[in-house]
Amino acid sequence: MKRQVPIIITFLIGMIMIFSFFIPPLEGLEQTCSLFFDVIAVFAFFLGGGNLMRIHVNKLRRRKKDWGFSIVTLGGFFIMLAAGLLKIGNPGGIAASPTTEGSLLQEIFTYVFLPLQSTMYALLAFFVASASYRAFRAKNREATILLIAAFVILLGRTPFGMLLTGWIPESFSVLQVPNMAIWIMNSPNLAGQRAIMIGIGLGVISMSLRLILGIERTYLGDESA
Amino acid sequence: MSSHPMTSRPLYFIILSFLFTFFPSCGGSSIALAQAEPIDIATTQMIPDSEQVVVEPVTSLIAADHKYDDGGMIDLSWVPSIDDQLVASRVIGYKVYRIEDEGEPEMISELAPGSNTYNDQSVERGKLYSYFVSTLSINAETPSVRTAPIEPQREWLNYELLNVLIMALVLGGAVIYFIETARRGKKLFVRKIAGLEAVDEAIGRATEMGRPILFIPGILDMDDVQTLAALTILGRVARIIADYDTKIFMPVSRSLVMTAGRETIKASYQAAGRPDAYSDDMVTYITDEQFGYVAAVDGIMVREKPATCFLLGAFFAESLILAETGNSVGAIQIAGTARPAQLPFFIAACDFTLIGEELFAASAYLSGEPKQMGSLKGQDVGKAIAMAAILIGILTVTIGDAWNVEWIQNITTGLVDVFSTR
Repeated sequence: MKRQVPIIITFLIGMIMIFSFFIPPLEGLEQTCSLFFDVIAVFAFFLGGGNLMRIHVNKLRRRKKDWGFSIVTLGGFFIMLAAGLLKIGNPGGIAASPTTEGSLLQEIFTYVFLPLQSTMYALLAFFVASASYRAFRAKNREATILLIAAFVILLGRTPFGMLLTGWIPESFSVLQVPNMAIWIMNSPNLAGQRAIMIGIGLGVISMSLRLILGIERTYLGDESA
Repeated sequence: MSSHPMTSRPLYFIILSFLFTFFPSCGGSSIALAQAEPIDIATTQMIPDSEQVVVEPVTSLIAADHKYDDGGMIDLSWVPSIDDQLVASRVIGYKVYRIEDEGEPEMISELAPGSNTYNDQSVERGKLYSYFVSTLSINAETPSVRTAPIEPQREWLNYELLNVLIMALVLGGAVIYFIETARRGKKLFVRKIAGLEAVDEAIGRATEMGRPILFIPGILDMDDVQTLAALTILGRVARIIADYDTKIFMPVSRSLVMTAGRETIKASYQAAGRPDAYSDDMVTYITDEQFGYVAAVDGIMVREKPATCFLLGAFFAESLILAETGNSVGAIQIAGTARPAQLPFFIAACDFTLIGEELFAASAYLSGEPKQMGSLKGQDVGKAIAMAAILIGILTVTIGDAWNVEWIQNITTGLVDVFSTR
């Protein structure tokens, strides 16, 4: 029963989602299903928040390794919760939106959260450099082709590419580095991406059918599937 | 009030009125043309005629039932006022009025100059609607003629998607056929996937090193098929981990994924006969925030130094940050996503990458069950159709354009129609 009910629900919802795409009167049902998901997700959020608290409180109580980080996590969690729920420093008072300009929640969001988020995102630049260094080493034929293609695109996307090859006459403009970069992006790159997209589309259809028909049940914790 | 452009009803309007009166929804798709009926708008009457900036009304106003909907929309289109110019325009906008069941006019929308269409999404079946559009100057409104009453219609099948339906039936049928074929015992060949062949080796490595395995199921929720694919792989991986008595840690960014992940791992440990080794702490919720989650997972990687990282599911900008951190701590990494933009990052930073469809095939592949393997074989029919269409398309475009042969060009157009949605 524990396995059958979810499989029946999956089958019914899956069928509604498929048919609503083709049958206009069912479009409303599709939106209702999405709303149900949102409602369930909201309730599950309490589970997530509760789990986060439990783990870090336990870590603190038992003085586990790296328990200092738990103080930061719990501190951030409760300060934001209090600032949002009690609307601390909110110029509009308790009736105003928690994100009103000047409220503590908005101030923390703007001056703490956003800079931290940007810092994490900025790390990407360094990681791109280190990953590119490894990927573009000409270890074999494929890596060499990748290196050449990357070099042409990097050069073609900068003014230096035009500076180097701008003298090539218009009748041979295909040999200008910016044009070569455009060709690489629009032809081999796009063709490869489309091939992957076709594969993904077919994979999604196959996976969805396995889920809807109950052939794939591992996600329900059913190892016999 | 501004003068009305139409003073008498022409013959075609009388014929159309007769048709609409006796056949209100002939053909299932109704179109209501403008009819000449004087309309009063209070705002224009408050300013003396001499001071009014009178503008020409919109023309050719047509109200048509929106095709292939549940009967909840009417499309309006018109030719803008001739005073509506790009430079020195006397028109400052348009107001769309609706009259429901011959009641009072109700203003339903105000549009910018240059507008010539409007989609009314607040109509109901069983009611008659007529419309007129007023052209606004700085101090006056000039109404257009009013459309004949129209009733929104419901359609039961979206014929514009018929090609998609046929294609879905063909592909779905092929998948089901091969599942049945495999179920009857026929051996099906499925090529080896290097990333999945390495799963045993990766878990074995973690066991030997005495270090944990990190499983990251992407950052989207359970309504994303990539997350479901990741959890199906988790079930297979957790079973091997339970057998090897290795530690698994799964930080997640969605509460529902946490619940589903726990159930999946618990079932795998039970199937392996080691329910006592399972703990809820194996799966923990971090945060829904993308970079907050990344910061926490990176911290876990650096502190715990996992021997193996599985990065399977939907990833965005965080893909390279996670993969590079995993690489820097010397973990063997198996990644997979169906987001083409993130694949190059995984290929550059991970040891094995499941590209697109391989992510969805992984669970079936790892299970080795005939039913599941059959579904993979069904995908090949779709690939064969795609390859044939691409080849025919290349030939017809090349020959049709080079020699300007009309019937070959028609084949190209037909192919585009079959494989595209309108």
